[in-house]
Parts: sequence; structure tokens; C-alpha cells
Amino acid sequence: MKKIEAIIKPFKLEEVKDALSELGIEGMTVTEVKGFGRQKGHTEIYRGSEYTVDFLPKIKVEIFVADGAVEGAVAAIVKTAKTGKIGDGKVFVLPVENAVRIRTDETGDKAV
Amino acid sequence: MKNKTTSVLRLLAAIASLAILGAVTSTLHAEDAAPAAPAPTPVAFADAPLKAQTAYLQAALTNGDPTPTNIAPVAVAGHTAWMMVAAALVLLMTLPGLALFYGGLVRSKNVLSMLAMCLGITGLVTIIWWAVGYSLVFGTNLASPFLGGTEFFFLKGIDSAPNTSYAYWIPQNVFCIFQLTFAIITPALIFGATAERLKFTALMAFVGLWMFVVYFPLAHMVWGATGLMNGVWNADARIPAIDFAGGTVVHMSSGWSALILCLLLGKRVGHGKEPMPPHSLVLTMIGTGLLWVGWYGFNAGSALAADAVAANAFLTTTIATAVAAFVWPLLEFILKGRPSVLGMCSGAVAGLVVVTPACGFIDSTGAAIIGVVAGVVPYFAVTVVKNIFKYDDALDTFGIHGVGGTVGALITGVLVNPSVNGNLVSEAYAAKNGLKAAIESHSLLLAQAKAAGITIALAVIGTVIITLIIKLAIGLRPSVEAEHQGLDITDHGEEGYNH
Repeated sequence: MKKIEAIIKPFKLEEVKDALSELGIEGMTVTEVKGFGRQKGHTEIYRGSEYTVDFLPKIKVEIFVADGAVEGAVAAIVKTAKTGKIGDGKVFVLPVENAVRIRTDETGDKAV
Repeated sequence: MKNKTTSVLRLLAAIASLAILGAVTSTLHAEDAAPAAPAPTPVAFADAPLKAQTAYLQAALTNGDPTPTNIAPVAVAGHTAWMMVAAALVLLMTLPGLALFYGGLVRSKNVLSMLAMCLGITGLVTIIWWAVGYSLVFGTNLASPFLGGTEFFFLKGIDSAPNTSYAYWIPQNVFCIFQLTFAIITPALIFGATAERLKFTALMAFVGLWMFVVYFPLAHMVWGATGLMNGVWNADARIPAIDFAGGTVVHMSSGWSALILCLLLGKRVGHGKEPMPPHSLVLTMIGTGLLWVGWYGFNAGSALAADAVAANAFLTTTIATAVAAFVWPLLEFILKGRPSVLGMCSGAVAGLVVVTPACGFIDSTGAAIIGVVAGVVPYFAVTVVKNIFKYDDALDTFGIHGVGGTVGALITGVLVNPSVNGNLVSEAYAAKNGLKAAIESHSLLLAQAKAAGITIALAVIGTVIITLIIKLAIGLRPSVEAEHQGLDITDHGEEGYNH
């Protein structure tokens, strides 16, 4: 079982979600986040005050999948979230010890 | 904390006792003054000859002088209706116009402190106005060019009859409330410069003293029947200057005081190091719209009647403001690449400020010129001058109201056009105090410069003294920790937004 954590451009969320749903992935957690990577921020000017805004808004998608589904899910995210420009984001894959579905007490792959 | 509260209470008690003292002296004065006034006894309208009746009605319709008819003026429907609306519009400028304009420009942790200051000042100034303020500005029994009188303390004798020293056809109680709304917004402008770091109690104490030291004397000098600089309505004015709706009284006084107060107060913690962007330009835009609409009451209402002068002021206010609201973002577009919403809002307010002293004295061409000047001069004041001298005029009260007001006071002397307002060359006043001669010889700028100089001197000296007193008595700033947390929680125990 793995956790896939993807930081993507906000306007790509719908496409990513639809692609993952098509693969049969039944749930995800989405968070509005801010951060920076190699994409530069922007300047905001309020009358005489200029501020450089380094932290840009991004979307973090978290999903948990069985080991066999990891490759397909990552490929789907990369394909749909890509614009080819700097700032498209990253995908991380992390190992997960276990999972429990609270309603049924199911554990492991059955719970994700 | 308890000590500080006691000091504020003491301060308020001192103001109250001054007021009571004044009420007593005003009673004495009233008894002294009784046997004066040898004018002919006015006749009732019904008893007057037909010709006098016709002349009287003509005067009532056009806001003319009914004195030759020997019929006492009364409150007239149209003028009174407009002036009640105008007074409400000027209050709308403060509540919620200015409150939202300033509230949107601060960080979200200080939004309530801006609203509280607007509301607090409205309450405090109204009380002072009722007790002594109106009288000190618009009374005359001190026969002084610098301060009004004591006869109207606690609004004694103020009813729905007109006070013909100021307006023939509107009730004095409406005139009093209209002028009150000016007295409210003026000190409220100041705390834009000191935003996010001035304690609420310190501001209240400051305003309580500032009204007496700066506003009441200045308003009397400019608008009082015996005022020093009231060129249009005081035949004995030593300086025949003109200020239609308050370029000196409202904008210069608050703007220059704001600069001094923000210098004495010091910068916000983290100023220049951490970003302090406005938390909601949406609120600021709503505030700007309310200010603009309310300003029609301020400018056109300053004609004190629904007459031709008011109509012209309505026009000039619109032209100047719209032009400035366009020129400011145009400058941004040329110099920085993008026109900003805050730039459009700032341009509109700057246009309103600069046209304020001029609106009833200029034509539409003059208004368009003012619009351009208002879009350019305050723009450089807040983007260039402020960054050179590095003072923390947080919301640009000085840059827009101080600089804009000064420019407006001076440019009025250049763009003045007596064909839009006959009072500028009246035989009764302007011909006697030199205003008419100054306009005809194109030298009014000199009188305007003198008036501006007196205003700056009074605002600067008055503010230095008051600020030092308050600093010693109760302190000006919250603790660094409180400033970090935000004044909403530390001063008011509330938060603006609970998600």
C-alpha cells in the first residue's frame, strides 16, 4: 500500500480527479496549499509599497492505493497535470504501514 | 491598565466641566445681549404688501436674501429636504464609507479597530458638538475672528428657525447636524496614518483635545460669521480666502495632523521588513463608492440650499473625481505596467479631496484641470515622497488629504470663476473685505496661501502639543506583543472574521 501525494496547479484539479476516478480510485483528500519551487513568485504593488509574493497557491492531492495501482495512478496524474511550463508540480510516492476503514473495521488493501 | 482608564476618565471629566462652565457663561451673555438689535420689526408674511410677498417668495425659491422685504425667513421645504439628505450623506461617508475604506486597507487582525475608531469618534464628537462645539464654531458673541461664541452651548435656542448669519431658508437644527457630520469625519480621517499601532483610548483622548485646539478654531476662522478667513460671508475677514466645503478645515487639518501624529508615534513593528498588504480591497472599493456618493452631500450640500451653486458643485465634483479616478491608474499603467483597483480608488478620493475647497467656485473646465492635478500630485506623494522620507503614513492620510487638501486650497485661488457663484463678488461682503478685488486682480492665490499657512501651523503645533500630553498621560502605542496579535483582540476583545 502506498500514499501518493501530488502538488499540482489548481486549475488542473478537475482533470486529475476525473482521470483517477476512471482508474477506479474511490477517494482522495484535496488541500489548498501555498509554497514555492523553481517557479518564481509575483510582485504586488499597493500604492507606494511593493511586495514580492514568493508563495504561490497550489493544490495538494493525497490518495492511498494498493501497490499494484501505483504506477497507473502516478502516470494518470503526470499526464493530466502537465502543461509543460515551470510550476507544474511534483508527485511523491510514500510507503504506508496500514489503513483501517472505521465503519467496518476492514484493514490493509481492503480499506483503501 | 486601571491607571490609564482613570486618566482618560479624568480627561473626559475635564472636557465636561469646561462645557458646563461655558453653559453658565452663555446664560450670562444672553442676559447682557437682550436690549441690542435696533433693526425694524419684521412683519408677518400675510401682512406684507403684495410686492414684498412676491420678492420674498422669489428669494425663498432661489436662496436669495429676503432682508429688503422685511419678512422674517422661515425653513422652506425644498432647501430643508435637500439639507437633511445632505447631512445623512455626509454621515454615510464616515459610517460606513471611511470605515470600510480604511478597514479594507489594514491587515485582517486590525479591521475592527478601524471600524471602532469611526464609531467611537461619531459618538464622542457628537457629544462635544452638542455641549460646546457647535457654539464655538458658529456662535458669534465672542466677536472673535478665531473662535465662535458661547450662546449656543448645549444647543440652547437651536430650533427649526433659520440662523440667518449662515442660511436664510433652512432650519438651524438641520444646519447644526449638517456641520456636525463634517466635525465627525475630519478627525476620523487622521487615524488612517496611524493605523494598526495607535491605541483606541489614545485616539479618543487625542480627538477630544484636537477638536478644541485645531478643529473648532479653524472651522470658525473659515466658516464662522466673524471668521478670520471667511472671505465670502464675513465683510471684516482679514484674509479674504475661500474654502467652499472644507479643503483647509477638513482635509488640510486632518492630513497635516496625521503626518505629525504618525511621526511622533513611530512606524509599525516590522514596517519595511514584512509585507503589510491590504486584507480586502473589496471592502476598500465599497468604501470608496460610499465616500464618492456621500461627498455630494458634503460638496453640493455646502451651498446650504438646493440652489444653482449646489447644482454647479454637484457637476464639478463629478468631473474632477472621475478624471482623477482615471488619471491615477493611467499613471500606474504607464509607470508600473498595470492599473490597480487601489489606484482607481485612491484617484477617486484624491479628486474628491482636491475639488472640495473649489467645487462651488469653479466651472467644469476648472474641475477637469483639478481632476488631472489630483490624479498626479498625490500619486507622487504616496509613491515617491513617502518612500524618500520613510515615514509610516500607513493608509496615506497625509499623501492624499494633506497634500491633496493643500493643492486644492491653492488651486482654488487660480481657477476661481465668479460667474458660477455671485457671492464671490457680493457688495455686502466680498467688496468690503477685498475678496472681490483679489479675484478681479487675479491675486486670490495670495490669500489662499495665507489661509493654507495658518492651517498648517495650527494643525502642526496643536498636534505636537496634544500628542505629547497624551503620550505622557496614557501612552500612545500598544505593547509590541499586542501589536503583533492585532488591535481587534487586544483593544476590543473581538475578531473581524470567525471562520
